[in-house]
Formats: sequence, C-alpha cells, structure tokens
Amino acid sequence: MNRDFWTGGAENELRILRCQDCAVFIHPPRPVCRNCLSENVAAEVVAGTGTIDTYTVNYQKWRPDLEVPFVIARVALDGVPGVILTTNIVGCSADDVDVGQRVRVTFEQHDDVYLPLFERLD
Amino acid sequence: MFIYRCLNGSTDMSGSDAYITGIGQSEIGQKLSRSPLLLTIDAVRDALDEAGLAIGQIDGVSTYPGRTPAMLGFSPVGVEDLVDALGIRASWYAGATEISSQLGAVVEAAMAVRAGLARHIICFRTVYEAAALARPDEYPIPRRERVDGYSQWLAPFHAMSASNWVAQYAMRHTKQYGLTREQLGQIAITGRANAVRNPNALVREALSMDEYLSARMISTPLCLCDCDRYTDASTVLIVSAGDAVDEVSCTPVRIAAMAGSVERYSWDQAELMASYPTGVDLWKRTDYTPADVDTVQLYDGFSFLALTWLEALGFCELGEAGQFVEGGSRIALDGELPLNTFGGQLGAGRLHGFGFAHESVVQLRGRGGDRQIPGEPRVAVCTSGGGPLATALLLAKD
Repeated sequence: MNRDFWTGGAENELRILRCQDCAVFIHPPRPVCRNCLSENVAAEVVAGTGTIDTYTVNYQKWRPDLEVPFVIARVALDGVPGVILTTNIVGCSADDVDVGQRVRVTFEQHDDVYLPLFERLD
Repeated sequence: MFIYRCLNGSTDMSGSDAYITGIGQSEIGQKLSRSPLLLTIDAVRDALDEAGLAIGQIDGVSTYPGRTPAMLGFSPVGVEDLVDALGIRASWYAGATEISSQLGAVVEAAMAVRAGLARHIICFRTVYEAAALARPDEYPIPRRERVDGYSQWLAPFHAMSASNWVAQYAMRHTKQYGLTREQLGQIAITGRANAVRNPNALVREALSMDEYLSARMISTPLCLCDCDRYTDASTVLIVSAGDAVDEVSCTPVRIAAMAGSVERYSWDQAELMASYPTGVDLWKRTDYTPADVDTVQLYDGFSFLALTWLEALGFCELGEAGQFVEGGSRIALDGELPLNTFGGQLGAGRLHGFGFAHESVVQLRGRGGDRQIPGEPRVAVCTSGGGPLATALLLAKD
C-alpha cells in the first residue's frame, strides 16, 4: 500500500494515493477512501511542489550520530488538497526557512527507498 | 416523580453521576529505588486513607495504557499486577492504550460506575521513566530495527520526538498569531513558581524569564524548559458511583462533564490538535460555562499544549492564548484563572496526565496548603494530552 510513495523517487515521481471514484487524495495510504469508502484507490503522480505550512528547527541530538540543526517541515502539496507531508527542507540554511515559502521535492535514495525531501524554489 | 427527573436530564440525579473520591500520590522523584508496583500501592494507600475506604470495598481498576513490556519505564504496572497484589475482586476493569489519552482511563471508570458495573474504581497511572533509563539491565532500552505504522511517516525525516511534532504547531502560532517566546515561557515560569510551594513537586526551584530565554533550544520554538522530564511516581484517583459516595469520608467531587475527541489520528494531517474539538464537546455536555471555572489544570508535557487548551476550552479565542497568559498575573495563584497550581508536569514532574485531575480535587477540597487558591473554588477543568490524544474533565463540588 505504501510502496508507490517510497519508491516513486526512482522515476523522480512523487506519488500519492487517490480514490478513483470520488477523487479524494488518501495519505497516509489506506486500502479504502475515507470519503466514500470505495476500495478503488490507486497511486497518482502529483506535481511535487508545495508550500511550507509550518516547520521547526531541531537542535536536539536524538541519536549520537545525528547532525544538527536541521529543519523538519510540513509541506502542503500543490494540487493535492488535504494532504500534508512531514519532511525536511534541505539545500539552504535553517535560518532561511519560513512559513509560506514555495518548495519542490528532491529525492534522497536509501537502497530501494527514496525519501521525498524538499528544497526552496525561490 | 422519578420519570420527571429522568426526562429532565442527569444533573439532578446524583445517583447516576460519577464522583472522584479518594486521591493519592506516591513520592515523586527520579531514579527511585522503590519498585513501581510499591509506588503504585503507596498511592493506593493514600487514596484509600483519604476516602476512608478499605481495599475490600474496591471493585474496579482502570489505567492507561496498561503494562507495556516494550517500554516498561513508560508503563511498568498494569491492572493485572494491582488486582493480584491487592487481592481486588474486580467486577469491572480496563487498561487500554487506544483511548483518548491518560485521563481516558477516568472517563472509562466514570462510565462504568454510571452503568452500575462497579461502585469504587481505582484509576492509576504509574511512570518509571527516570529509573528505567538509569537501570538498563533491569529495564532494557527498546531497540527498533525498522519502523512501521504511523512512525514510518515521521522517523525517516528524523522527526523523532513529540517535541518536534508539537513544535510545529507552536511555530504556526508564532507566525500566524504572533506568539512570543516570553508568552510561551510564562507556562513554565508559572509552573515552577507553583512547584516551589508544593512539597511533593520534582523541581522546587523558581525559573526566571532570563533563565528561560537562555535555555538551550530543543526544537524551535521549544527550549529545554518547555519540555517535561522523566519522572518516577504513581498517582491514584478513586472514581465512585453516585449511590456509593455516602460510604466515603472525604468530600466527593462530581465529574460534571467529560470529552475526548479525535478527527485524524495522523498528527501531521490535522489542522488543529484534538484538544480543540474536545474542548468544544466538553461544554456541550454541561450547563456550566468557562466563566464558572475557578482553576484550570492543563496538560503541559510541552508548555505549548497548555496554551492550546486555554483556546480549545474557550477561555480565549484561537491564537490569543499567548496574550492571555502574558505577564503571568492572570494565571498566577491569586489571579483570575489559576493554572497548574501544583506546578504542572514542568514543575511537579511528568506524572503523565493524572496529576492534573489530582490537583483539581486538592484545590476543590481546599487542601492545597501554601499553594491553595483563595476563595472557595467550586469548579475546575483538567485535561490530558493535546493531539491526537486529548481528554478534558469538568469537576465540580456542587
């Protein structure tokens, strides 16, 4: 059920599950639509851009090998109403991140899993 | 006449209400050597003594989340341990994780006594996180080789801790409503000031604004002083049926309304934490209003959660809690709405939800000693959690 989300990065695609009957997006992935209870759900490729809804700069080393600080953010995806991804903002200083900034997905590969991270567009 | 009273709703029918009677608390500390079961029994004895009840009169047990073998420090004692150790003949019991947070165990007990399933129920929450961390041979640190369930959507991005999740809601308040660090800090400063007056509190040292502002950052805007710390303690509340309160020797406190709601369990998909719908639901179930409330004991495992509860419960509008607590006088012991008078979890220790109900009863009975609020408080609100788990209880001496 979650395979499309975690492996779409191999084709540079961000994929989100969608109800094929009522068109509501479903995230985290479930085998049923929470709006119409249809089981006719399938992954669709989405734009991969979005807006920072909120964020935090983490300073605590939760593990000894964790490099800090880093930015954890919630990104509201363009064209995917009602879906928020918890992710990291990369490619800029933590001080330069703010709510409302436009961002684009960039994938970080770990074996056969591709983490969707985001970088600033502007 | 009986039918007439039924049709008029439950507020006249003391026989069908649920009450908190005895309350008890163990020593609160860190790295305690006393076992978690004995800490729990310390709190049980304290509660039985206050209520004038014998253990043989207890016929129910309720806890959150129940014994948790994978994280024994988080919850080392379950219903089964207490039932066996004390020989309780339980006609009803429950210990569950999937309820509306810690005080959900009290909601369950209240429903059980109202349904006639039991007369006097021990509700308890025992935490042993500091001792467990210090004694890994006895309490192995859980290892997670792979993530599954909801954590798969957070852990890969190193959003490891609830502090990260709460921090993002707090950051939105700073950006959208202008919440300042000084306003946020007032929760910790107030808690610590009250903890100085609570002989059983964990951290009996006042906190100045300068100390707060210079504390190291954990996850912006939350600093170290915004986060509770691992604690070893047990708290007990006895929930009694309306037709059984004449058996107790302490003043019963009525559970006047209860709520615990959730819309999305996935933290990051929710616009607002579960505290908000929970607060709305609470006032639908009572004739009391926020203006009737004499004191609030609001969950502050992270300081920001207490601010959200002030908004959720309608003491101020969405986004205005920072201004509401600014300067601290309104929420001080002698203010118009004393908050976390025992110190909250930031001052008294991470009692994990039950401390807020315990203190509400202390204040309503006028037994707060140096921290007793003035006048004769009659109505209190206590809460646990925030989001996605949230419970609110309205307690009244009426």
